[in-house]
Amino acid sequence: MTAALSFDTWLALQQLQTQAANALDNEDWDAWVACFTVDAEYRLVPRENHERGLPLATMAFESQAMLKDRIYAIRETLFHDPYHQRHLLSPMQVLSVAADGGSFDTQTSYAVFRTKHLQLSEVFNLGRYLDRIVHTPEGLRFARRLVVYDSELIPNSVIYPI
Amino acid sequence: MSTLHPPTQQPLPQPLPWPGAGTHRIPFAAYTSTELHQRELERFFYRGHWCYVGLEAEVPKPGDFKRTALGERSVILVRDFEGQLHVLENLCAHRGVQFCRQRQGQATSFTCPYHHWTYTLKGDLRGVPFQRGAPGPDGQMQGGMPADFDRAAHGLTKLKVAQRGGLVFASFDAEVEPFEAYVGPRILPWFDRLFNGRQLKLLGYNRQRVPGNWKLMQENIKDPYHPGLLHTWFVNFGLWRADNRSRLQMDEHGRHAAMISTRGAAAAPAAAAAQAQAQATEVSSFKPRMQLHDDRFLDIVPEPWWGGPTAVMTTLFPSVILQQQVNSVSVRHIQPDGPDAFNFEWTHFGFEDDDEAMTRRRLRQANLFGPAGFVSADDGEVIELSQAGFRSRRGLGEAGCSIVELGGREVGEADHMLTETLIRGMYAYWRRVMEAA
Repeated sequence: MTAALSFDTWLALQQLQTQAANALDNEDWDAWVACFTVDAEYRLVPRENHERGLPLATMAFESQAMLKDRIYAIRETLFHDPYHQRHLLSPMQVLSVAADGGSFDTQTSYAVFRTKHLQLSEVFNLGRYLDRIVHTPEGLRFARRLVVYDSELIPNSVIYPI
Repeated sequence: MSTLHPPTQQPLPQPLPWPGAGTHRIPFAAYTSTELHQRELERFFYRGHWCYVGLEAEVPKPGDFKRTALGERSVILVRDFEGQLHVLENLCAHRGVQFCRQRQGQATSFTCPYHHWTYTLKGDLRGVPFQRGAPGPDGQMQGGMPADFDRAAHGLTKLKVAQRGGLVFASFDAEVEPFEAYVGPRILPWFDRLFNGRQLKLLGYNRQRVPGNWKLMQENIKDPYHPGLLHTWFVNFGLWRADNRSRLQMDEHGRHAAMISTRGAAAAPAAAAAQAQAQATEVSSFKPRMQLHDDRFLDIVPEPWWGGPTAVMTTLFPSVILQQQVNSVSVRHIQPDGPDAFNFEWTHFGFEDDDEAMTRRRLRQANLFGPAGFVSADDGEVIELSQAGFRSRRGLGEAGCSIVELGGREVGEADHMLTETLIRGMYAYWRRVMEAA
């Protein structure tokens, strides 16, 4: 950690983490998109690609506009078996704070369970978030969210963001 | 080279209710029977066919290896110290241990963890601990392998290897025909168009498990009927649509195929083209007001090697799909796991002469494909639901048939997309091989 972190700031960072996860679990897609800056990067990446420096992602979005396009696809264009997600997050570790106190790099582990209609719940995806969170006039936002997943096989498809 | 699979002589366990000699109705049991699945593995994956194992670019240096699957058997693609590629079965000759556990890595030899039998990168058995026993109290050797134990006869199973255009294929069958003859003169030009000798640049992997029969994935890429209906993105952005100029080709056996399409090139003269476009966009998946918030997803730049077509989807039976969809190129590897599921591995790549902008473009367009793809995610979803339907009828006397009669009941090439002829062709081949004594 490079600069001091107040408890209030930590709490606000933690709130953003929870807010993003709950938005997804509640299928409140617009609230999820609102957790990101306009030029935010969101990438869902298999751990193997991440560790070997291979650039391919499972989802690779480079702007908040691309996130909106994904949401449109979820709502309108992608056929998929309907399901619910449930995120469980570990406590967040703050890896570093920028010298000016304006941005924070954090890591949080997650487990996502999937429940399809009329079926048993199952472990869907496991991994960690590597985030860069920044101050904006509207509050803290993700400028970068790198989602590195351990799961070697995706159970058929991944429709909603993680 | 060992021959492992004497032909199964038994007739089919239960004759399937095909409609006479045709393949325009596919019995559901073809997707759910364990006995048929075993015969498919023996007759398609392990004998008489070449299966995809990887890219040369995945194992560029001596000692590089990659673990993968051929059918349901674990194999290792490895480059030896002379630079030669080998494909070895991941199964210790001693006790059958699948000794190689890493997905990929670097090795100077392979050692089984159980009793330390050691193999060279060419698959030869080099060391057997205590082969000649150990000296006892009287100095006499005790134990060890029988004196006539021949290390040379107990290497790893070595597969036959074929390389073309940077791809590596392997076969357990020492008698398999040459790779070029296997692909055949009608499909080989499409293979060579994509893999024309340029060095490939590995971009990465996506892996999914699809709870459906492996043949459904081959069929999905031999079915030009669904993209303009299931895939809104294809319809809306004209990437693959009934009114595009297109061609369907297959090899002389009907097992391999290429679906060739040109975006923005009308299939018919002007007046008819307008009508075709109206029909193609009348489907419920067409969203007249749909616009991207960020159109970089579709920053398409034509490349000289395309030679016209903007999308060519090639199926090589039984194991792999070669994808060119505008600037996104990949190989999709089918790894069956019982009749009800397969693992599906996407390897995306670029070419040595790609500049940074082209690499970025290929990575952006990769958002359309793979297990989360704007286009491809729903293929896995519908395959799962087909299999659920087939499974629910498993074992019933009148289980039912899948209907593939679009465009007729015969098998032949076509210059339009409203036909299921390639699926009928694949099953004509399937029947010849599976029903042979």
